[in-house]
This record gives sequence, C-alpha cells and structure tokens, in this order.
Amino acid sequence: MAQIKLSNLRHSYQPNPASDADYALKKIDLTWDDGGAYALLGPSGCGKSTLLNIISGLLVPSEGKILFNDQDVTSLPPAKRNIAQVFQFPVIYDTMTVYDNLAFPLRNRGRDEDTVKRRVAAIAEMLEVTDMLKVRAANLSPDNKQKISMGRGLIREDVNVVMFDEPLTVIDPHLKWKLRSKLKELHQRVRATMIYVTHDQTEALTFADQVVVMQDGEVVQIGTPVDLFERPAHTFVGHFIGSPGMNVLPCDVQNGAAFFRGERVALEGPVATAGDGAAEIGVRPEFVKVSAGGAGIAAKVRKVADIGRHKVVEAVAHDMRINAILEGEAPNAGDDVMLDFKQSQTRLYKDGWLASQPEGGAR
Amino acid sequence: MKTQNQRAWFFVTPVLLLVAFNALIPMMTVVNYSVQETFGDNLFFWQGLDWFEQVLRSERFHNALGRQFLFTFLILIIEVPLGVAIALSMPKKGFWVPFCLVTMALPMLIPWNVVGAMWNIFTLPDIGLLGYFLNHTLGISYDMTQNPIAAWVTIIVMDVWHWTSLVVLLAYAGLVSIPNAYYQAAEIDGASRWAVFRFIQLPKMKTVLTIAVLLRFMDSFNIYTEPFVLTGGGPGNSTTLLSIDLVKIALGQFDLGPAAAMSLIYFAITLFASWLFYTLMTMNDNKS
Repeated sequence: MAQIKLSNLRHSYQPNPASDADYALKKIDLTWDDGGAYALLGPSGCGKSTLLNIISGLLVPSEGKILFNDQDVTSLPPAKRNIAQVFQFPVIYDTMTVYDNLAFPLRNRGRDEDTVKRRVAAIAEMLEVTDMLKVRAANLSPDNKQKISMGRGLIREDVNVVMFDEPLTVIDPHLKWKLRSKLKELHQRVRATMIYVTHDQTEALTFADQVVVMQDGEVVQIGTPVDLFERPAHTFVGHFIGSPGMNVLPCDVQNGAAFFRGERVALEGPVATAGDGAAEIGVRPEFVKVSAGGAGIAAKVRKVADIGRHKVVEAVAHDMRINAILEGEAPNAGDDVMLDFKQSQTRLYKDGWLASQPEGGAR
Repeated sequence: MKTQNQRAWFFVTPVLLLVAFNALIPMMTVVNYSVQETFGDNLFFWQGLDWFEQVLRSERFHNALGRQFLFTFLILIIEVPLGVAIALSMPKKGFWVPFCLVTMALPMLIPWNVVGAMWNIFTLPDIGLLGYFLNHTLGISYDMTQNPIAAWVTIIVMDVWHWTSLVVLLAYAGLVSIPNAYYQAAEIDGASRWAVFRFIQLPKMKTVLTIAVLLRFMDSFNIYTEPFVLTGGGPGNSTTLLSIDLVKIALGQFDLGPAAAMSLIYFAITLFASWLFYTLMTMNDNKS
C-alpha cells in the first residue's frame, strides 16, 4: 500500500528527443492516493500505456522521478516495486493449473506453502474460480483466463498498486459488465490502489472514483466522473466524455460577454483568465433546451435520432452544428426551432482550456 | 424422408488417384518384391515371408539398425537443445536479425552430396583444412578414413553443421511469436530466467519443437547422401547406416527380395517411431 507520486515525468522513445512532439509523455505531475480507484482515460496513442509501464517499472522514464511513499523507485525493476499489472490479453502460464498460476508470484518470492494455500483459496473464492483450481489454465475460456490474470495481480497482500491495461478488450460484451462489477467489488474488498487504463468512457466512469483524462502525452483533467461531465477543464474532455460530446462553438469575447456569430450567449459567470486565445463556448447537449418559439438562438433541425431513453436533436445555427438531448416530444427534421443554453452550464474556453468561473467565485 | 446422396464422394477421386500414383502403387511394387524371389529375366517365384524372417534374423541388419539408432539419438540430443539455445540468444529485432537468419539458413541451401564432398575434403589429413590443422598443427591423430571414432565424430559434426539451423529457425519462429506481455507479466510476477524459459518460452515453442523433432528424426533416420559421400559407410562397416546398407543390398548385390523386405521393415520402424514421438509430445495437450 502506498501513495504514488510522479514528479516532472517525461518520456520519449527516441534517444535524443528534440522537440515536444518527440515525447510520448510531455510532463506529468500526478499523485495517486493510497487505496484509490483510478481510471486513466484517453484515446489510443495518448500515452496511457507508456505511463502505466513507467509506474510498473517496465520502462524507465527519460526524465523525472517516481516515488512510492516518498521513496524513489525510478530505477527499480518491476519485481522490486511490489506492483501488479493485468494486461490487455490474458497472460496465463499454459502448462500450469489454475492453482499454480495463482501461486506463482508468491512462490517466486519464496513464501511458504501454507501462506500460498491460504492466499490462493481466498483469491479464488473472491473471483469465484474455486471449482477450477485443479484445471489446466490453458483450457479456460478467455474471460476466466483474464480472471486468473487478475487473481495473480491480487494474490500478494502487500502490493502497492494493481494496474489494469484495458483488461476487458478480449472479453465478450455480456461478460464485460460482469467482470467490471467484479473489479469494483474487488476494489472495495482489498482496498489496494487500482489504476485502470481504458479508452472506453463507460468503463472508466463506472470503475473509478477519480478519472485521469489524457491527451497527446499530457494530463488534461483529473476529477470525479461528475466533474468531468459537468465541468470539463478542456474542450477535449468535453468531446471525449459524453455521447454525443459537448457542443463547442466559436465565439467573440467583448467586455466579459460572449457572442456567438453576433448573438450574445449568457455564461455561467465571469471570464477568469485574460489572454487572447481563440475563444469557444462549451455546452453539453443535455443542457440545450429546444423550443418552437422562445428565447435563444434560431436554428434549423437537421435530423433527430431516437436512441431509446432519449432523442438526440441535431440542429444547425449559423452553419454550426449543435446537438441537444430531449426526452419526450421532439421536433421534426426541417423545423425551425430556438435553442436555449442553460446558463449555469454554459462555459467559456480559451485555447481549449476552461476560462469561465461559476457565479459566486471559483470552485 | 431425408434424401440420401453420396455422389459428393466423387470429388475425392483426384486425390485418390494422386495418392495411388505417388505412394500406393510404388509401394506395392516393393511389397511385391518382398514376397518373391527372382533370378532375372523377369521371372518371379513366390517366397512368402522368408525374406522378412531372414532380414529380422540377420546380424548385419541388427548392426546397421543399431548404428542408425545411435546416429539419430546423437543427432537429436545435440541438435534440438543446441538449436533452442542458439534461437534464444539470437537478437529479437534490429539489423542483426536478417543477418543471423540468412547465415543460419546457408548450410541448408547446399546440395546434400556437396555437403558430403565438402566435409570429405575439409577433413582429409594431408590436404583438408581441418584435417591438416588437427594432425600437423595440434598433433592430434585424426583420420576419418582409418579410424571409426573419427568417422563417427565427422558425420555427427557434419549433420549438426548442416541441420541445426532448421531447429534454430523453427524455435526462433516460436519465440518471436510470444507477445511481450508474457515477459512483462513474468517480470512483475518475479519469475527467474529459468522460470521464464520453463513456463513461457518452452510451452510456446512446443508446437514448432514437435515439428522440429519429427523432421530431424525422420531426416536423420533416413539419411543417405551425406555419409555415403563422406565415408561410404566405412572404415569397414562402422558408419554403414540402414539406408547405406539397403542400397548396398539392392543395387550392389541385386538382392531385390531381401532389400524390399528390409525397406518395408525400415519404413515400419520410421513410421512407428514418428507416431511414438508425436503421441508423447502432444499427450499433455489433450489432458484436461
């Protein structure tokens, strides 16, 4: 058990990185609290796996330090760091039984057979694989193989952190949900720090207490699922989380007020950061009200998609596409409507970063 | 009622014909010879199983078979571990990979009789590079045309030189197909180098190694050209392997009956041993 601190971390796969673009990880300062359930979310190629491999010690970062409980472990090999990692594809030792697979990490560390027996029994019971212990691991189905991989990660009592690298990739959809809730349950039982890497927002938001969103080798935002949804710190987070993602509209800022194609849009509060980067308005489709006649911006409905629980209305205002989510009656394609943004949920972004503050001061 | 139509079986006829002409019919002529005696002029007399009895009781056959098993045993025990060891120490990526692969493949590209001739000249005590070096520079008495031990060492070394690459290439193919995650997981699990070999690399190489062992068994058990060119079965009969002996009987003495009977016995042994290897090596896969 440990708090994990990444300090000034940079990593490049090239021997002599010249510019920022040569770095797979650009500059990471991050603290993972002991016992937390974290998700590391980002598109493919954003550096998630690199970061994970640096924490586990499979990679040595080009610059910066990794501290476990304030102890520098940057140059320690994986076996010395006392961590566990579950990979995208189930890694099992084919020739061994399930029991021997689970016992492997303990036996390698010279633990006595009584401890091994007790731990294997406990973990097998948690993962509901007790009846498979005598089976050769090669004969298991993919989801059970992945369970065994997880079991090997959890078998040691004193692991600092258990890391999951997109562990549900090869699992059938109906089993994904089961394994995901199993993981959540495991976290509550063993209370180890867990980091779950994924590019699937549903997986990240259901598993984690804190979600770390990465893009292009940088951490864009850290927050609870609610934070990420309601106050994305960057338009990327707004796009990436939510379905459909946040509406981002170009605008002009004059005297602290935002104008979208000349129409004034009320923001949640004052614009905090000065600077003259490209300004954009961000509002989630959930907070766009559609009415036939009323306040707001005039728009034409292009199409309406019924996705079950609600309908997604795609409208065009001043040649910008704006999505709205409606429950119940929706207009038809071709209708003229008014779009009204909920003021407390309308944010301003400059150069992609959140620039507006809520009314009544910063949070 | 269900319609019964078996005409689809006609699609199998081309394969049946192919197998008949390239295997069954030639083999049946051998079977034919093995139960008859001829004195030429295409006159044959029924002989029953006498030739088989004669071959199985013949001391000459026993000796050749013994030499053959010893040869194949030595080949397998040297080439398989050596091939795996070389494959393990080959680079996994970079400039040296194609270099190593091509260098490894070279001996296999040389025609078999050339291999025999090369090693013959190479080991001649008076003019061969190796033979001269051993005899005149190191002062070790080495002459594979006179000394049976020297002859054996030479044919074994020659075969190791010629065919270890096959095991290397197969084992290497097995090794590079192991996903990196296995090595990473093993590292995190604290596995030793030996455990990585024993529990990851060896099991993952098993299929290709089964093929390698089978190929090396069959090839070395049926080997003819290289030792024939190198030693001609000598000195004396010391390197007369089964195939060399068989050719002596069939084409040297023109004893077609005994030669045919011996061929069939030889074939049966090869087939049985291959089956045995395969069964033993894949036995664990079917166990649950």
